[in-house]
Amino acid sequence: MARLVDRRMGVFLAALFVLTVALPVASSAAAGELVPAYLVSLVGKYLCYALLAVALDLGWGFCGILSLGHGAFFALGGYAMGMYLMRQIGPRGVYGDPVLPDFMVFLNWQELPWFWLGFDRFWFAALMVMAVPGLLAFVFGWFAFRSRVSGVYLSIITQAMTYALMLAFFRNEMGFGGNNGLTDFKDILGLDLTAASTRTGLFVASAVALAAGLLVARWITASRLGRVLVAIRDAEERARFLGYRVEHYKLFVFTVSAVMAGVAGALYVPQVGIINPGEFSPANSIEIVIWVALGGRGTLVGAALGAMLVALAKTLLTGWLPELWLFALGGLFVLVTLWLPRGVLGALEDGLAQLRPARTGAREEVRA
Amino acid sequence: MSGSLLYLSGVGKSFDGFRAIDNLSLVVFPGELRAVIGPNGAGKTTMMDIITGKTRPDEGEVFWKESVDLTRADEVETARLGIGRKFQKPSVIESLTVAENLELALKGPRGVAARLFGRRGETEAREIARLLALVRLEEARDAPAGSLSHGQKQWLEIGMLLAQDPELLLVDEPAAGMTDAETMRTAELLREIAGRHAVVVVEHDMEFVRALGCKVTVLHQGRVLAEGSLEHVSANPEVIEVYLGR
Ligand SMILES: Nc1ncnc2c1ncn2[C@@H]1O[C@H](COP(=O)(O)OP(=O)(O)OP(=O)(O)O)[C@@H](O)[C@H]1O
Ligand SMILES: [Mg+2]
Repeated sequence: MARLVDRRMGVFLAALFVLTVALPVASSAAAGELVPAYLVSLVGKYLCYALLAVALDLGWGFCGILSLGHGAFFALGGYAMGMYLMRQIGPRGVYGDPVLPDFMVFLNWQELPWFWLGFDRFWFAALMVMAVPGLLAFVFGWFAFRSRVSGVYLSIITQAMTYALMLAFFRNEMGFGGNNGLTDFKDILGLDLTAASTRTGLFVASAVALAAGLLVARWITASRLGRVLVAIRDAEERARFLGYRVEHYKLFVFTVSAVMAGVAGALYVPQVGIINPGEFSPANSIEIVIWVALGGRGTLVGAALGAMLVALAKTLLTGWLPELWLFALGGLFVLVTLWLPRGVLGALEDGLAQLRPARTGAREEVRA
Repeated sequence: MSGSLLYLSGVGKSFDGFRAIDNLSLVVFPGELRAVIGPNGAGKTTMMDIITGKTRPDEGEVFWKESVDLTRADEVETARLGIGRKFQKPSVIESLTVAENLELALKGPRGVAARLFGRRGETEAREIARLLALVRLEEARDAPAGSLSHGQKQWLEIGMLLAQDPELLLVDEPAAGMTDAETMRTAELLREIAGRHAVVVVEHDMEFVRALGCKVTVLHQGRVLAEGSLEHVSANPEVIEVYLGR
């Protein structure tokens, strides 16, 4: 039985802790605003991406489920949170309707659609943040895994799933604000979303969620079940002939992964202030895969690292040369696949191992 | 047939009009050791696919212990009934260690929750140690299975088969890629385990089949061409023509 917090995980969690404490402090007035305040939400957003990457890595890195539609689970979690935030606006909308969000008044709707009921309560929204992506993944996975759809075919249908959802959410009649999505949020839990303290709270919540996500994923992959997952990833047929119901294992991992992605989306939305159908776009889902491959597939920590590095690079580069971003991302991906087959984390660890030849920990991530 | 562990009768299977299995009948009794030989494409692997529920026959009966219809069972169900299988191409989990491969195969609960919350117990650790000794992989205990030689992978897979403690072992070409000494040792091992388990071995290596010293079934074009002791079938002119003579 592998330890829950191995060295790699320990180092990452410690660094995350330092960041979580240092960034809000450094941006506070007391510290003379050493770093600009917007950085808190920006890094908070990165942490949500990192959690999303961990979710994907759990399925792809450990069970071989290459989902090209994970952005959909992220977006659904985001929408569930967005619906709560919309209802928190109350009568402060442009049209001043006490119940209906502005876009519904604009569409001349008389009452709230049934699927918006309950979203005025935080606990209900929080439940839906996990239940909706989880349920979709469960139903989708039930059909896909039972019919033994795997490999490229599975990737294609997950991509089709997110594309279909994008088209659906673009429609005004769906009742989710059409192409504008949900925005103009005011409060969360009665706290002003523009206040520094609220932003810090969301940032810390994202860090905690990331740590929790990593630990849950690690707990699953280091358990005896984790070995079955690796068996399915490396030799599905063998696992089946050993008497393991492969589809049950895949369904479990896929669903947990989708729930995790939903939580990431829910924390992301209040920090960026908007959720729209663009989050369902197939390109987004492909980008998640690139994060994981870049950081180091099957390492969890590497996935988180990859997401944050790419997001940082994207922020910097889109500031200077926005039209070059996609080329840069593609180029980076090619470089890493060619020269760092085990991702940035693998390269980092190999480098460290060379500095200290006495302690080689290189073998562990291949089998994790 | 009364007292049979495995019973195949009149089984047929075509792939795109090609008769891979044609009116095949075979009976295996509990604890029996049986060798199956035949030229390439005779249908030996397909026969195992049918027994394990991987392939559904077009016609014929396949019964387990005279009562369970194996044509309706899938791979997982046949595995849980007590049929273990070694593939023609060695199939071990390359990124797991040798011990982890055995642990994965050990008889025990196969459900998601049981695996998530379960721990490796004392008896399991002892069983793994016993199997490691049996297949002579004690040294490689913590090495990734992918780093083993071809022959060692074959043995690990046999070890995994034994870990499942099945009533019937289907062993497809275990000696491929082994040295002569390893081949003889494998035959010895299979002879040892027969009795407690029924074993059906497919093999091309005649020295190996001789060492098994058991009843031999010769397959050709999906049918049983001859059956009996090795001396008996090797004297059969048809067998000599299609298989041994070449
Ligand atoms: N899934 C399949 N689709 C089409 N043809 C198949 C399939 N499986 C087996 N066959 C064909 O059935 C015939 C029997 O194949 P099988 O693998 O059972 O032979 P074998 O006796 O195991 O031969 P070998 O000694 O080469 O392993 C072959 O001609 C093969 O091409
Ligand atoms: Mg074969």
